Amino acid sequence: MKRTVPVIIAAITGFVILIAFFLPPTQSWGEGAGIWFNILAAFAFVLGGANLLKVQLETISSRRPGWGYALVVVLSFVAMLTVGLLKVGVNPEPQYPDRAWSGPFDIASSPFGWSYAYVFSPLTSTMFASLAFYVASAAFRAFRAKNIEAILLLTTAFIVLIGNTAAGRITDGLPDWLSFLKFDVLVANIMSYVSTGAWRAITIGIAIGVAATSLRVLLGIDRPYLGRN
Amino acid sequence: MLSLLERIDRRVIFLLMGLAVSIPILFPLPLDYKPSRLAQSVFDAIDQLPEGSRVCISYDYDPASAGELQPMATAMLYQAAMKKHKIFFMALWGPGKTLGSEGVQQILLKYRPEYRYGEDYVELGYQTGNEVVIKVATTDLKLQFPTDVKGTPIERIPVMRGVANLQAMDLVISISAGYPGSKEWVQYYVSAFPGEKFVTGTTGVQSVSLYPYIPQQIIGMLGAIKGAAEYETIVKARYPGPDGKPPPELGEGQRRMGPQLSAHLLMVSLIILGNVVFFLQRSAKRRKEAGR
Repeated sequence: MKRTVPVIIAAITGFVILIAFFLPPTQSWGEGAGIWFNILAAFAFVLGGANLLKVQLETISSRRPGWGYALVVVLSFVAMLTVGLLKVGVNPEPQYPDRAWSGPFDIASSPFGWSYAYVFSPLTSTMFASLAFYVASAAFRAFRAKNIEAILLLTTAFIVLIGNTAAGRITDGLPDWLSFLKFDVLVANIMSYVSTGAWRAITIGIAIGVAATSLRVLLGIDRPYLGRN
Repeated sequence: MLSLLERIDRRVIFLLMGLAVSIPILFPLPLDYKPSRLAQSVFDAIDQLPEGSRVCISYDYDPASAGELQPMATAMLYQAAMKKHKIFFMALWGPGKTLGSEGVQQILLKYRPEYRYGEDYVELGYQTGNEVVIKVATTDLKLQFPTDVKGTPIERIPVMRGVANLQAMDLVISISAGYPGSKEWVQYYVSAFPGEKFVTGTTGVQSVSLYPYIPQQIIGMLGAIKGAAEYETIVKARYPGPDGKPPPELGEGQRRMGPQLSAHLLMVSLIILGNVVFFLQRSAKRRKEAGR
């Protein structure tokens, strides 16, 4: 029962969405299934939050390596959740002045808005920006012209890297009969023909694989959503 | 010398990259950009719509990608405001809702102070569900967004009159950092209803995967900071600020091309240097083996 019911629900929902795509009169069925999906996705946030707390609290209580980081995660999570849910420091909307909670939770002057602007935003930007340093180090150590394929890859990378900067304009002075060697032309040709052709092949391959896998899921042959137990 | 290069500490490379990025930020380089066909297509898609058209901007990114995407988001919003379009803000990413609100405060209300919430623009906010949000809103917007961010039912918002679904939009713009984003807009909006107009601004990593959809499904695309810089060039030339000078918010893409130039040149130099070291090592090893 615990396995059969979810499989039936998944199969019916999947086929409803599939049919709704091809048969316009059944479109509202697909919308209904979509809304149910969105409601479940909202619940998944709660489950995700609970799971995050469980894992981090276990790490702290057992003093596993890195438990200090787990403590920071728990404190940050609880602090943001509290100021966001309770709308701490939020002013009411002008049209509802007597409703204390009518203002948006993320208004810039609120603790949530402040934490977003001055903690969350710079931290995520820093994490992403630090990639440049690791990519530079990896480029020096790992990008080797060991064979023909690697040489082709390196040549393409050089053209695209330089062509996507102002340095690409150094070839602007080339005569018309050599215009195919201009960086912007080379980059455009690589992106429009070479890269796009390869990407189309990959996309078609993925699409066929996804169609086959989806059919297995719809028919209940694969049940990844049921977990291992 | 060779052994020194072999054993070069990665912190030295980090330092070089830090200098390569920070010096052009502190001392901006005077660079100019020739707009590409794709940047021009994005501009034309917004500009050729009659005044007062409905433009939906979906903020499908978070602050991690804002360094790359915020300049183009700012310039697109500025152009849409200059054309006096009705603007509908939404987000497929949670933090995107806040980024859209920042755009309203910093750009829309600064350059179009006469714009009124609910009459000229509306913030629909963020909804969970990823691509399903697009799928449902494409056929029934109210089902997906029953209220705006202020909690007002959308049937009571004047600008929403006649907007039953996203097909009522004259143009949809997605500023996208990944999933869900531009690709899902193509799959569930443009492909489901061919003829809908869609343009996008994306990260450099993602833009490669979107080229196959140009120009049928995606009319125009701004790829990474270069796309933003090219687009800013066109927008600034066509819509100078109120005092005739370019709005300061519209120079960020061009300013960030300086650090990108030096960082890319450093990368190329490091790859070349790494390969020189590799081949010198290999030939030294072969000579040593031949000498035995």
